[in-house]
Amino acid sequence: MTPRVGVLALQGDFQKHLDMLGAMGVEAGAVRSVDQLTECDRLIIPGGESTTLEILLKSSGLDEAILSRAKKGMPIWGTCMGMILLAREIEGRKQFSFGLLDAVVRRNAFGRQVFSFEADIDFKGFDSPFHAVFIRAPIVVSYGSEVEELAEYDGKTVAVRQAKILGTAFHPELTADTRVHELFLKM
Amino acid sequence: METNGQANVTQRSISEDWRLKVGLAEMLKGGVIMDVVTPEHARIAEKAGAVAVMALERVPADIRLHGGVARMSDPEMIKGIQNAVTIPVMAKCRIGHFVEAEILQALEVDYIDESEVLTPADPERHVWKHGFKVPFVCGARNLGEALRRCGEGAAMIRTKGEAGTGDVIEAVRHMRAITSEIKRVHSSREDDLMAIAKELNAPFELIQEVHRTGKLPVPNFSAGGIATPADAALMMKLGAEAVFVGSGIFKSGDPARRASAIVEATAHYNDAVLLARVSRDLGEPMVGINVSSLDESEQLAVRGW
Repeated sequence: MTPRVGVLALQGDFQKHLDMLGAMGVEAGAVRSVDQLTECDRLIIPGGESTTLEILLKSSGLDEAILSRAKKGMPIWGTCMGMILLAREIEGRKQFSFGLLDAVVRRNAFGRQVFSFEADIDFKGFDSPFHAVFIRAPIVVSYGSEVEELAEYDGKTVAVRQAKILGTAFHPELTADTRVHELFLKM
Repeated sequence: METNGQANVTQRSISEDWRLKVGLAEMLKGGVIMDVVTPEHARIAEKAGAVAVMALERVPADIRLHGGVARMSDPEMIKGIQNAVTIPVMAKCRIGHFVEAEILQALEVDYIDESEVLTPADPERHVWKHGFKVPFVCGARNLGEALRRCGEGAAMIRTKGEAGTGDVIEAVRHMRAITSEIKRVHSSREDDLMAIAKELNAPFELIQEVHRTGKLPVPNFSAGGIATPADAALMMKLGAEAVFVGSGIFKSGDPARRASAIVEATAHYNDAVLLARVSRDLGEPMVGINVSSLDESEQLAVRGW
């Protein structure tokens, strides 16, 4: 089977990821059901609203299906909301998350939309800065010893990796820079 | 590599914030934005899966009923809703009322809807939206109107429909008009574009962009008259990228249940079996008004220039 990247398409900016993967020549498809997930060997969880996704993941059965695939080693990358959903804990809230990333995240850590911003940040392993787009973005406030920090902004952790799980607080899919997508495809 | 959208964003950018403004609209795609008038409504909406709420003093159906001048909501009420939920909070200003917009920006709302549902404040102009840090959504009935709003800096377009009626016919009319005009511009010869720009009263550069990309320069959502899960799925199938539901939820018999059903229907609009399941047993829908029974003077969609 040709490697195929799934993009969770229940809600959010999934089309931006699909567009970028398409332009990279990567086989990719939208995932809205458990059946569609079985056709994929890795998964991107895009930006969106985590409270909405909690409901749509549970009603579609994708919550358990994704967890079970992850435990069998499927690589998953979450951008913004996706990173929130991967975390072990969402600070101050009793909200669903997969708990695949041994980290505590803070939602809307920089404030509301008027405080959304862009910045050039250093990303571990990249030979030049990455232009990062932060939209009502979360941060990682603490993480366990298995987790590696890949990028920080203003002293705050904004990209992490734990084995086959990748999380970025920002949106590479809203730029033309494919380096984080390439990194994920090699995981 | 650059996809069309990204290349255009770079070229169109007259402010550094452009990508962030459109970016938030991207995050709302596939979702439902719900009108709410109290913090309690806002919590019900968030719990049902709304991607954002629109903070209002009265839903459009009540604005119709009560008449008078409809204005920006009380900041106290907007603050109450912001404190009640973690999802983005939008609020409406009157067409052309840039001071109401400045106040909403100072309140840190996440999106401003320069809306025909409120009484217009300027008979000829809309707000110059590029001058704001907060993004704007504007209503449109056709491609020319949509592109004029984009020219002023709207980072999201929604079809106007006819708010507060529960009648989806105008939302359909406006979405079909916009998509068919986009197809026409996209398939036209280059030497037709200036004539089309003149005919549609649209900025020439944006007509060129639509010709190149075959889509609006910003996300295209739908509003005005959506009252059922089937209505929401219909608008998604016709090309909407998300939906606004106003009076349709909190003027119905069981708002929480209906809200959840519309969220499921919007995410899974292509799955008729699921639509059949979520459409069952939702209680009374809002009563509604046939748009054909309204005088033009009673129609909100004709407001906007």
